[in-house]
Amino acid sequence: MDQKLEHVGKRPIRPDGVDKVTGRAKFGADFNLPGQLHGRILRSPHPHARLVSIDTSEAEKLSGVKAVVTRDDFNDQEMKLVPAGELMVNYHDLVRNIMAREKVLYQGHAVAAVAATRASIARRALKLIKVEYEILPHVLDVEEAMSEDAPLLHDWMHTVGVEPRPEKPSNIAKRVEFGHGDVDKGFAEADVVIERTFNTQPVHQGYIEPHACVASMSEDGQSEVWCTTQGHFQVRGFCADLLGLDQSSIRVTASEIGGGFGGKTAVYLEPVALALSRKSNRPVKLVMSRSEVFLASGPAPGAKVQVKIGATRDGKITAGQAVLKYQAGGFQGSPVQPGAMCAFAPYDLENVQAIGFDVVTNRPKTAAYRAPGAPISEFAVESVIDELAKKLDIDPLDFRLKNAAREGSKSSYGPKFGPIGLVQTLEKAKAHDHYQASLGKDQGRGVASGFWFNAGGDTCVNLTVNGDGTATVVVGTPDIGGSRASMAMMAAEELNLPLDKVKAVIGDTAALGFNFVTGGSRATFASGMATVNAAKAAKAEMCRRAAKIWDIPEEAVEWEDGSVKPAGENAGEFEPMSLKEIAALAPKTGGPIVGMSQINAQGAAPSFGTHIVDLEVDRETGRVTILRYTVLQDAGRAIHPAYVEGQFQGGAAQGIGWALNEEYIYNEDGLLENPNFLDYRIPVASDLPMIDTVIIEEPNPRHPYGVRGVGETPIVPPMAAIANALENALGIRFTDLPMSPPKVLAALDA
Amino acid sequence: MARQHVTTEINGDTYEVLCEVDQTLLDVLRDELNMTGTKEGCGTGDCGACSVMLNDRLVCSCLVLAAEADGAKVETIEGMAPHEGLHPLQQKFLEHAALQCGICTPGFLVAAKALLDKNPNPTETEVRYWLAGNLCRCTGYDKIIRAVMDAAEELRAS
Repeated sequence: MDQKLEHVGKRPIRPDGVDKVTGRAKFGADFNLPGQLHGRILRSPHPHARLVSIDTSEAEKLSGVKAVVTRDDFNDQEMKLVPAGELMVNYHDLVRNIMAREKVLYQGHAVAAVAATRASIARRALKLIKVEYEILPHVLDVEEAMSEDAPLLHDWMHTVGVEPRPEKPSNIAKRVEFGHGDVDKGFAEADVVIERTFNTQPVHQGYIEPHACVASMSEDGQSEVWCTTQGHFQVRGFCADLLGLDQSSIRVTASEIGGGFGGKTAVYLEPVALALSRKSNRPVKLVMSRSEVFLASGPAPGAKVQVKIGATRDGKITAGQAVLKYQAGGFQGSPVQPGAMCAFAPYDLENVQAIGFDVVTNRPKTAAYRAPGAPISEFAVESVIDELAKKLDIDPLDFRLKNAAREGSKSSYGPKFGPIGLVQTLEKAKAHDHYQASLGKDQGRGVASGFWFNAGGDTCVNLTVNGDGTATVVVGTPDIGGSRASMAMMAAEELNLPLDKVKAVIGDTAALGFNFVTGGSRATFASGMATVNAAKAAKAEMCRRAAKIWDIPEEAVEWEDGSVKPAGENAGEFEPMSLKEIAALAPKTGGPIVGMSQINAQGAAPSFGTHIVDLEVDRETGRVTILRYTVLQDAGRAIHPAYVEGQFQGGAAQGIGWALNEEYIYNEDGLLENPNFLDYRIPVASDLPMIDTVIIEEPNPRHPYGVRGVGETPIVPPMAAIANALENALGIRFTDLPMSPPKVLAALDA
Repeated sequence: MARQHVTTEINGDTYEVLCEVDQTLLDVLRDELNMTGTKEGCGTGDCGACSVMLNDRLVCSCLVLAAEADGAKVETIEGMAPHEGLHPLQQKFLEHAALQCGICTPGFLVAAKALLDKNPNPTETEVRYWLAGNLCRCTGYDKIIRAVMDAAEELRAS
């Protein structure tokens, strides 16, 4: 890693950039096929009801309607858990989530789908479908859902993780617990103990591109799918299982993806479009409207969280305890497990315990959202940490430094940490001029730290050295935020090629071996590792070719500065050959030169961040304005620093939205009142200041360039940082998100 | 459904379309003319991804009926780059890494160009408020604002 780097760490223009500024780039809804039909989905108007009957006969008679599908077009599935991003998907539930079976479990739950020659005909056909519902009582609140007499969503669900397994079914899908030591002993040793309860609301990933796909199944059962997804190999697997097809019969191509943030690791439309295509023998396009996106995809859960932390007078934390109750939505699978694992991860604690409950409610099934689960639990912990620091009269950064996790610390979720950069983020935050700047009236400053694991997993990359001495890298993780640039840079670095001679593309599911999703902040880490491996394999092959040309042993050839040259006793015997010369001779030396890498990438390393925020409160309106924001985070190594900064800034902005405005608002009938971008307000340009970034580089020793994932950690600290700043501005501790103007005003008036 | 004959000039070329009366200008651009550079993020005028110029006015094309574009002049992202190279705004978006996923980018570029055509020397606050109708979920807007300010400076100098 000491060698001088030509590309890594620079800021070249991304290779897919021109297509994206000219409108050429094809996103999910931009793809069309000849003869394509337009699909529409009929969705439940009720939050909880039994599906008594579905009569599609009138819709089928409408001229232009070519297929209608319902639950009857999907085989039932066994309970089978499959990883999907950071979460697990249960096939029994997945088939019910894409098309309701016995019951509808939330408003917007799919009930039937139509494909017609025009979108307007499909819309009319939906109105001709007669659905008889037997309306059932619904439950939205997580604690109500946990109570004995709550309406039961699934009569087969018995809480997992409790011994003995409960006889009676309930809405509690799972109980998890992490930690070590003895928290009771720890609290007994504390001079100060603070315990608080927090409430958070569901928030949506809010990608600007709605879910979209085109699916085409031929008469012989062979299928093609084009879709916007974070994991096209996963789409293939889900479609194959849900429709009873072979994986080899389905080829999935990932379009350009207009944001995902975890939400596009889930599958909603693709199996339905394939079922419609199978029935109509025509390609079928399905695109969600924005209200469908809000009602039937995502969101991140709302939750109730209790946190208790104790410390000695000199600022040593003696114990931390959290109880987390997360809304899973209509089906199990909230991110309460990672939430519980992350809650206390920034701290080196002797006594720690985090208990989590995954609870079904009549809301859309939650999906992964950037560091799934962590923003909720860490919001609660970082708020109490701040309150403790204040009570002990210790600077909040010093208090964190005194208790910070370091290399060798036993993490709150089990393993020991390797080299990590938390302490650097805290020290640099303390030294940053932002932390010293003066504040005015009704203004406050807050800090908070955050953690995310990051991930590796199944990854496959092919690198071809073309006949003209250029290289093509085929990667299998969809590029959401500029990863093709990073892959091309790492390949160019390995091959000593100019960057414009290396092109990185995303391969379809037939072009590569299985690739796990772009998620868990794993793309630059895992695909980057595979890219480097593939380039090394191509270099080794070029050395073999040169050995053949020179007629010397393979071991007597080495790669140096972009050329192959004879080494050892043959050193100087032959003129070195460039990559271009070797490539040109490939047909005569054994055929195409391809480097491949198929790995289960190991050694992903966590990324820690610390945020500083200044804000001002308008006492007339309760509006909170962010005045200044600084993100300090460990990237391991920034391959393309501009896109690392972009991840920091974008994550912080999403966290600011989560803190101040975003929430799913339901009425008492269980219906969502704000399924649109007007009433579900994400931050706009005029809401935010510039977001300063400090990239800390504590290299990950397990990656060839030191990469850690960076995408997820930045959404973790903002909510607590803002709550802590509000407390400093007003002397009021906010424990309910979002801290929207009505709540701030009410708190000021109280 | 009854169809309506619409003649409109898009990026300097004349197009004729038979559209359904409830089709929007966005529907016609994307579905009938295959000009998919203009994006649909919401369909309710809240996200700005479908921004186009209609008779020199910045509009959300999802809120304009196609029939209203009859006889009108429309400019979309596909018409922004000159014959050679890119418009300075496009170039600055690339140089500043002002896009991540890129779905909002066409709308931002069209809206930013409308601003700079009107106000070649905007303050940061003016840029932020002008672009407040364009949602970006990836960038936190920082690099977008810098790109627009930098493009404005370059355009003023040229």
